[in-house]
Amino acid sequence: MGRIVLEKVSKSFGETEVIPALDLTIDDGEFCVFVGPSGCGKSTLLRLIAGLEDVTNGQILIDGEDATSVPPAKRGLAMVFQSYALYPHMSVRKNIAFPLRMAKFDKAEQDKRVAQAAEVLNLTDYLDRRPGQLSGGQRQRVAIGRAIVREPAAFLFDEPLSNLDAALRVGMRLEISELHKRLTTTMVYVTHDQVEAMTMADKIVVLRAGNIEQVGSPLELYRTPRNLFVAGFIGSPKMNFVNGSIAAKHNAATIGIRPEHVSVSSDAGDWPGKVGVSEHLGSDTFFHVTCEGIADPITVRVGGEVDLHYGDTVFLTPASDHMHKFDDKGLRIE
Amino acid sequence: MATQHSRAAARMMISPAVLLLLCWMLIPLGLTIYFSFLRFNLIMPSGNEMVIGVFGHGLRVPGPEDFSGWENFYWFITDPSFQAAIINTLVLVGGVLLITVIGGILFALLLDQPMWGQGIVRILVIAPFFVMPTVSGLVWKNMFMNPVNGIFAHLAIGLGMEPFDFFSQAPLASIIWIVSWQWLPFATLILLTALQSLDQEQLEAAEMDGANWINRFFFVMLPHLARAITVVILIQTIFLLSIFAEILVTTNGGPGTATTNLTYLIYVSSLLQFDVGMGSAGGVIAIILANIVAIFLMRMIGKNLDA
Repeated sequence: MGRIVLEKVSKSFGETEVIPALDLTIDDGEFCVFVGPSGCGKSTLLRLIAGLEDVTNGQILIDGEDATSVPPAKRGLAMVFQSYALYPHMSVRKNIAFPLRMAKFDKAEQDKRVAQAAEVLNLTDYLDRRPGQLSGGQRQRVAIGRAIVREPAAFLFDEPLSNLDAALRVGMRLEISELHKRLTTTMVYVTHDQVEAMTMADKIVVLRAGNIEQVGSPLELYRTPRNLFVAGFIGSPKMNFVNGSIAAKHNAATIGIRPEHVSVSSDAGDWPGKVGVSEHLGSDTFFHVTCEGIADPITVRVGGEVDLHYGDTVFLTPASDHMHKFDDKGLRIE
Repeated sequence: MATQHSRAAARMMISPAVLLLLCWMLIPLGLTIYFSFLRFNLIMPSGNEMVIGVFGHGLRVPGPEDFSGWENFYWFITDPSFQAAIINTLVLVGGVLLITVIGGILFALLLDQPMWGQGIVRILVIAPFFVMPTVSGLVWKNMFMNPVNGIFAHLAIGLGMEPFDFFSQAPLASIIWIVSWQWLPFATLILLTALQSLDQEQLEAAEMDGANWINRFFFVMLPHLARAITVVILIQTIFLLSIFAEILVTTNGGPGTATTNLTYLIYVSSLLQFDVGMGSAGGVIAIILANIVAIFLMRMIGKNLDA
């Protein structure tokens, strides 16, 4: 239970159109991630689904029923906010029980469900603390706990990890994925971090300026980005773009090649260049190579430690079967 | 700024200000306590006649020989108007606090809504706070509540009713109303800023959790406002205990002692009955009462101010 369908949904704030009419289907049990740069309308889209913003035009169907003008509480969705939005004067127990209390569940049922949620989220020892006494990760779990006790049709996450430090973010990412596998409830997740999108999603929706650029599984987007924007947005480090005469040789306006699909040699190759800054990560090394006839430095990934230094001359060879070609409108050429 | 040396220097630098403030406070306090134990009556001087120029008509500065023990306190407390004054003071403070806190919350909620002309409306709401107490007392007395010329009287007559004589039929309630009118802007302002600092996501989360407007108010907004309400109550209590001008220009403490509060009673003793000793005793009692109230308030709601 938890199939969300958007039909021709659009949103304007006054004169400004934030989201032009779009269609989207999120299937039951799917982990769907909205990803895009800041201000692309992904949070607005989530708030439209939640009912916190009114839809200007179009329809939102939840499990086949028109929910466009249903108030947020009645949609059967639960939301986890970026700031967690915990009630600071209530204990963790009361925070988690709040939706149940509002829905007038009896005390015994409330206690049972809170205990269950706390068990799932490892919060049992913290139930009597206030949110102010918890760490960022624990607060995040309380916010999730408050969402799961209602047993919603779908969870909505609005950039839930962006307030956590890097190490904790990786941990919480796994925990949320784990939770999804266990609950198999639909989850809609908004982030600007493409790594989160790639690692967690069943389906990624790439947004730019309110438009859906591409919808697909993480690997689909990685392998066959539909346009330059998606190609540049998905993948880390970014895809290298080459235009001009080199691209023309491949019958394209722009060619794109990912850093992991370029081989480096010190004696022969297609593109000669000079090594610039290098980033050593231990497992991988990224070199920024300035090549003749190519405007931007090319980023290449080399496994392990490689003995190349600033100013060395190298030859790069792109793997032709991993090369992405785009026409002058930025669309993919098959 | 935290080395031993800089801290010592900082203490030296602020010491003149601290000493000055200390004198400013301690000398009047000391004199009041001293006078409260003396027989010091400007119309019934007694003892040796050491006439000094300033006091003219055979008055003299009282000295240790006029020591009268606890007599001033005894007579001040057993005065029938003392009990009335205490009750009036408490009713006045309590009534104004109730009206301003509840009214302030309602006004803050209203002003927090986006509306046309918001800036001007906010300034208008704050305006009463800038009117000095004497003026607002007179304006209310003569232009609103006067049974002949007041707007309320005109309205009553227009509706075919008997005009209501506020200051003789409901004197204390009228004073409470005037003072509330003055302090409502203060409460509104503090509560409005507190309300604006509430994280909107919390309200949205509560909305998603199925809380209707009333539940959102009681479970999210009111707890958030608790600290601001504490501040309003503490600050207003301090000022409301010493309300004076409004009473002086409207009812003169009357009819009878109906609007005499402790401050006004002290004024009556020392400046209308010329009994400086008795007035000082009243002052000392007022200080003690104010401190008792302050301790209670701090105990009751002061914990809201931590963290």
